[in-house]
Amino acid sequence: MAVREKKVRKYKDSDEKITARSLITPFVFSLPFMIGLLIFTVYPFIRAVLLSFMEDYRFLSGKFSGYGLGNYTAIFSDPNFINALKSTTKYVLIVVPTSLVISILVAVGLNNVKKLQGLFQTAYFLPMVTSATAVGMIFRWLYDYDYGLFNYFIGFLGIDKIHWLADVKYTMASICIYGIWSMLPFTIILLLAGLQNIDPIYYTAARADGAKSKDIFFNITIPLLAPTIILTSIVNVMSAFKVYDSLFVLYGAKPGPAFNLYTVIYYLYDQFWNKNKLGYAAASAMILFVIIALFTLLQNLITRKTNYYN
Amino acid sequence: MKKIKFGTIARYTLLAIGGIIMIFPFIWMLISSLKTWAECGSMPPTWWPKDPTFENYVYAFKTAPFLKYFRNSLIVTVVCTSITMINTILCAFTFSRLKFPGRDLIFSIMVSLMMIPYEMLIITNYTTIVKLKLYDTLAALIIPFTSSIFYTYILRNFFLSIPDSLYYSARIDGASNWQYLWEVMVPIAKPSLVTIGLLNALTCWNSFMWSILVVGSVENRTLPFGLFAFTDQAGVRFERLMAGSSIVVIPVIILFLFCRKQIVTGVSKGGLKG
Repeated sequence: MAVREKKVRKYKDSDEKITARSLITPFVFSLPFMIGLLIFTVYPFIRAVLLSFMEDYRFLSGKFSGYGLGNYTAIFSDPNFINALKSTTKYVLIVVPTSLVISILVAVGLNNVKKLQGLFQTAYFLPMVTSATAVGMIFRWLYDYDYGLFNYFIGFLGIDKIHWLADVKYTMASICIYGIWSMLPFTIILLLAGLQNIDPIYYTAARADGAKSKDIFFNITIPLLAPTIILTSIVNVMSAFKVYDSLFVLYGAKPGPAFNLYTVIYYLYDQFWNKNKLGYAAASAMILFVIIALFTLLQNLITRKTNYYN
Repeated sequence: MKKIKFGTIARYTLLAIGGIIMIFPFIWMLISSLKTWAECGSMPPTWWPKDPTFENYVYAFKTAPFLKYFRNSLIVTVVCTSITMINTILCAFTFSRLKFPGRDLIFSIMVSLMMIPYEMLIITNYTTIVKLKLYDTLAALIIPFTSSIFYTYILRNFFLSIPDSLYYSARIDGASNWQYLWEVMVPIAKPSLVTIGLLNALTCWNSFMWSILVVGSVENRTLPFGLFAFTDQAGVRFERLMAGSSIVVIPVIILFLFCRKQIVTGVSKGGLKG
């Protein structure tokens, strides 16, 4: 035994030493990954940053007149970009809190259910894994003016039929309903995991003291779940800020029926793909990046402060 | 006693109603896809097709090469997931078990790269794909997505939890790093690997926007793109579009029914670390 331990220590020592060989192995092992990372993440990131500051960039020749803030001043005076920032923010402010409240209720319900867990989970989580294209088609069908189920159901409430996808007044509502529905599964999963981490001893103690369900919910569940709630919201804000796929499919590749529903990513794609204004696309990408980066920093700060993973 | 029972019943009922709302769009998709044109466009709607027909599926497979789309999606998903897994395993091993100067610094830089929104990269990646002569190939849908920092991060954390002593004893027994990785670590990490593989496969299968940019011909379309293009071929015929959507969604539903636990665990473990 003693001999073996000695051997182990000896090996450990020699392992820590940096030799040519100990450098080659990590290099070779991570090479395929690193090549992909450099070509398709690092390089395009740096280029996007540079592009956003290049004045008069020409798509075909690759020539530009110098560096400056021209692209930024241009997009901030473009009503479409302002519209994009406004409607994206509005979308985030509606979708994230609404889906959060619903998700808390569902997660608490699911956490207290002993039977049929599998069935419920399947129902609530399925939308997460299905293609945004197919789901977009389904919502187009549900929102149909003449034969869609949304109009059929609101008919029972005595409301007139709505042009969900064609009337400018209702486009934000229809995109938000879809957005909330598709955000629920992910949010519920995270909150449910958070709930399962709460020590049951708190509940036992509260019940022994004769606390009511309502008090338990507001004085135990919510405070103990708070870090999860905050972190989930941050992640959801970031993903909601990137809303795009659903719009693209719902409105058949247009930003809303009257070009009224630009989102930041829509603007980015539009400038890049339809208008070939790479500088504008890159500048709007940088704005998006800064927003996402700020929320990521906030997320890291809260994770560290609440010591979330311990 | 009676009160508690009432609460339980109410809870189950509410959860059931919510659950039905959540999957209702898919149920409605399947029901609509089995209807005839006349029945699909009737008010009030029928909740079950009067005489179910597969006509719409036949139409979909005839007018649009859905079989080809299906094959392409399958190839892209399988190849991309395989390469990603190998890359992830090797890279996670490098940054957990191997020792070299600057290891943790490089890794923390990689982690910070995760906050770059993907959409920021497409501007240049599109040009890169064209320059590599990969435009309009299935490889264009695979190659840019094989280095995932996120999966490496998850797997590295798992690898770090495997005790060092296992490594040293394997090395003393004469195993090389390569052998140790594939014969000891990978089998231990199997559950994590399954989860990562599933999440990656789902992302590949559903990926849509990038394929619109880099795929030009009908030949190389994947299912989501094919379905989107199908709107032009099917016209405003929702029973046909629902059949098309079903073709895209059903394989995923089946996968989800079998692997729900692994997928949900993956999401709950990795979801907040993005």
